[in-house]
Order: sequence, then structure tokens, then C-alpha cells
Amino acid sequence: MSWFLVHFAQLVFYVMAACVIAGAVGVIAFKSPVHAALSLLASFLGVAGLFVLMEAEFLAAVQVLVYAGGVMVLFLFVIMLVKARAIPREPQYVNRLVPAAVGLGVVLALLLGAGMWASVTGAPADAAALQRVAGVQLGNTEAVGWSLYRDYLLPFEVVSIVLLVAMIGAIVLGRKEPGKEGRA
Amino acid sequence: MITTTHYLVLSLILFTLGVVGLMVRRNFITVLMCIELMLNAANLNFIAFSRQLGDLTGQVFAVFVITIAAAEAAIGLGIIVALVRLKQTTDLDRVNVMEG
Repeated sequence: MSWFLVHFAQLVFYVMAACVIAGAVGVIAFKSPVHAALSLLASFLGVAGLFVLMEAEFLAAVQVLVYAGGVMVLFLFVIMLVKARAIPREPQYVNRLVPAAVGLGVVLALLLGAGMWASVTGAPADAAALQRVAGVQLGNTEAVGWSLYRDYLLPFEVVSIVLLVAMIGAIVLGRKEPGKEGRA
Repeated sequence: MITTTHYLVLSLILFTLGVVGLMVRRNFITVLMCIELMLNAANLNFIAFSRQLGDLTGQVFAVFVITIAAAEAAIGLGIIVALVRLKQTTDLDRVNVMEG
């Protein structure tokens, strides 16, 4: 039992790393883009777990929200849009994967919780430095926000403009040309 | 003890898998996914060094990388939709209009 506690962080690291690598291999190996996207999701969640392990809790949350939430939904939407004629021919397609998906979700949730517990209970010596801005102790999110809006305000604004341009670009690209009947 | 080297090796493997996928796959959607994998590897490096140096800058730049990745995904998928409308395929080998 004490061995388990001592090596808990290592255990979490190796399981998460295996999850990340298996997900990445799956992205390459699966023929179906839907399978590849779900495999990519496992990889993203594994990376989020590693962020938690490295005391970057804010980034772990951002990783789950932006990647697992936003980017993944975008990917799946486009796959459905593009392959709409090919996919509905197989009714067992999704049903067959439900147990695997549920199992994977439960395992990942457990691992993420375990990683958080490990980072809360076993904080290493340099954890304080990552949460200190101007000599004041803060939470990780607060410290990142402070650094982002004070030291890196200009890059932050530039990135916001990049995001705005990307949004406009995506709308322009996805728009149907006036007077033409788009099929896709 | 998990050291920074562990994270760097993992990040290396992840990046390599991304590059391999980029070269092996011919489906535009999968290629975009492989680019996301590579950006994730870069993020892992940023955070690992941020932890080792006890400096928040790495985490701030990881936020920027995630933002750029989201922008890239939006544009890339927009291009896919436009491409399918034009050629009814996402196969990169069949997108050779601009080859001289």
C-alpha cells in the first residue's frame, strides 16, 4: 500500500502517457475518420491529465474545454457533413462502440480525478514558484491570468485579432456562393 | 520520480506520431488531426519546461498555442467544406489543380 502511494504520480504518468500515445497511434491507424476523431479525443484527455500532473490546472481545464469540447465537435460536425452519404449505411456502427466509449470515459474520468488528487496531496518543492506573481501567492488560474494580462497583454490582443480573422475566414470559406446551388 | 525528461520523451513520441500521420495519411481531415497532435506535443514541452524553471511564461504561451490551434482547426475545416463542395472528395492526392 505504501509502495502504491509513493509511486502514485509515476503510475498516473505512465497510464496517461500510454493513453496519449495509443490515441495518437489510433489517429493514424483507423481508417474511418470518426474513429480517428474519437481516438484523438482520448489523446487530448490524456494530455489534459498530464497538465494536471504538472500543476497546470488552468491549462488542463482549457485543454478539455477548447480541444475536447470545441475543436472535437467541429471535427465531428465536418466529418458528418462531408461523409453524410457514406456513414448512415451501417446501423451497428455506433451501437458496437457504446460499451468501449463508456468504459473509456469512466477510466479517463477516474484517472483525471486521481491525477488531481495526486497533485493536491503530493505537491513538490517548485509548486509555489508557479503560483507566485509579484511575491503574492495565488491559485494557478489567477497567477496565469495575472501574467497574461500584465506581462503579455500585447501578445494576448494580437492573438485575439488572429482568432477574429480566423472566424471571419471560416465564415467566408463555408458560405455558399450566391446564385449557385451547393450540394455539400 | 517523474522528471522533465520523461515529458520531453513523451512529447517527442507524440510529435513523431503526428509527423508520421501527416505523411502517411491522405485524408485531409486526418491530416488536420495530426497537426493538432503536433501542437499538443509542443504544449507538453512548454508546460514541462515551465514546471522545471518555476516560471509561468510557458503556461501563458501554451494558452496562445491552444488559441492558434483552434483558429487553425476552424480555417482548415472551412477549407475542407469548400473543397468537398468543389471536388466531392477530401483525398489530398486528388487535389492537384495547382500543380504545374
